[in-house]
Amino acid sequence: MSGSSAATRAEICVVACAEAWRGDGEVLAAAMGTCSVLGARLARLTFEPDLLTTDGGALLTAEPVALGAPAGAVEGWLPFREHLWLVQNGRRHVMMGASQIDRHGNTNISAIGDWARPKSQLLGVRGAPGNTIANPTSYWIPRHSTRVFVPEVDVVSGVGFDRAAALGPRASRFHGLRRVVTDLAVLDFGTPDRSMRLVSVHPGVEVERVVAATGFELVIEGEVSETRQPSDEELRLIREVLDPKGLRGREVRA
Amino acid sequence: MGAVMSIEEIVGSLDSGMTIGIGGWGSRRKPMALVRAICRSPLTGLTVVSYGGPDVGLLCAAGKVRRVIAPFVTLDSIALEPHFRAARQSGAVEFTEYDEGMFMFGLLAGAHRLPFLPTRAGLGSDVMRVVPGLRTVRSPYEDGEELVAVPALTTDAALVHLDLADTRGNGRYLGPDPYMDDLFVKAAGRAYLSCERMVEPGELDGPPQTLLVSRMHVTGVVETPAGGHFTDRGPGHERDEAFQRHYAASAADPKAWAAFADRFLSGDEAAYQEAVRRWHEQDRDRDHDREEAR
Repeated sequence: MSGSSAATRAEICVVACAEAWRGDGEVLAAAMGTCSVLGARLARLTFEPDLLTTDGGALLTAEPVALGAPAGAVEGWLPFREHLWLVQNGRRHVMMGASQIDRHGNTNISAIGDWARPKSQLLGVRGAPGNTIANPTSYWIPRHSTRVFVPEVDVVSGVGFDRAAALGPRASRFHGLRRVVTDLAVLDFGTPDRSMRLVSVHPGVEVERVVAATGFELVIEGEVSETRQPSDEELRLIREVLDPKGLRGREVRA
Repeated sequence: MGAVMSIEEIVGSLDSGMTIGIGGWGSRRKPMALVRAICRSPLTGLTVVSYGGPDVGLLCAAGKVRRVIAPFVTLDSIALEPHFRAARQSGAVEFTEYDEGMFMFGLLAGAHRLPFLPTRAGLGSDVMRVVPGLRTVRSPYEDGEELVAVPALTTDAALVHLDLADTRGNGRYLGPDPYMDDLFVKAAGRAYLSCERMVEPGELDGPPQTLLVSRMHVTGVVETPAGGHFTDRGPGHERDEAFQRHYAASAADPKAWAAFADRFLSGDEAAYQEAVRRWHEQDRDRDHDREEAR
């Protein structure tokens, strides 16, 4: 596509997710959620070519493939058991989803309400405890709202900075939350007490809107920058190579 | 060595109150024919150990479960399992919730007759709060690191479903992922293997590393064509997404569920397969009518 039309919000989110893996080198980019998966594959196709990515299943693909497409040529095998060992091994940066997240980065995908008798049973903790204690972890949250960004999560599935610190330096030495990408903004934990900070707002989003959609006080340092626009080449890769069916637009609407 | 058994013989050999391991992962290669048979049986009070999918959901819906031990229960393409949700939200089942890696270490410990295996997974999370009696262990070496001691997930019986098996109970998988089926089998007091297709000994052609389950661990083997339905059963037998959607939609509503159970779950396995075939036929007719209407 020459003379690309303006990037949609979903496309800005894909690039913001891709940026999470910048500088990671030769590790598995494990991703959950459409924009996150696209981001991992886009990062590999552009500025982080040594990354490893999957077909969404047990295969490490020789080249990044379109969302939902067959794996094509394969360079490795990663069934669930090997994936779980890789979490322990550490050559992996995962971007997960979260139903709740607090300002320390504790997250919940297990249950809403009292765990013993939940108001709403969700997935279960899945791999979140192991992921967060053993791997660099980022989050992709397609709907930034006060339902998700809460003062305190009901069940801690993914471990935040306060809980990691309480474990002591040895047990927490592999813990690290990198960034949180939402449909409105990019956030991180680059503050002295490791509480969540607003890094950038997506083009067209006011800082006030992010603040209003967050159920705790965000750290905001001076002028908040704008999330970068995709390059023409990135837009081409997203639209023509990685997501020709436009699935990203179902996750984040313009 | 495994004996060739019927679905009913396998389920008839189980007892109420047992701890049952179920192979597969989410809505993938689940021994659904055996699960459906348990639902029809008088068994109750089971503890189910599973990377949970519709196996856990169906057993909860049938009132067979006292406790679920799992890191998740999901239908994969549909994130949340309606019957498991309902059972948790009404307090009908107890739940032991592990991280996926902890769960695998529990199976590994069980498979190798170890009391526990240490892992970092779980530290700092609420798994440590919600699983009573879960302990940590300190490394006896210089590092002195404190780790989670995941207790062995040993079971009374395991049920797994593979693409291919021989009459002795050797089993082969054809898809890209073995899941944890060999560990479930080794961590169990006895193990039952259902398969899409059964062959004579010596006829399990294919790469040796896909021979996942050995007869030395198998008590009984049964051929159940489409026995993994509606979960993913590997190449050429992908998940029946349309039927899974019908299952999930029905499960979310008591009246619809009664109709679903009556139509699909009131008879034996052959009746189930026939009811599914007819449902798809009508589905095609509906699609055809819709096309005609245009």
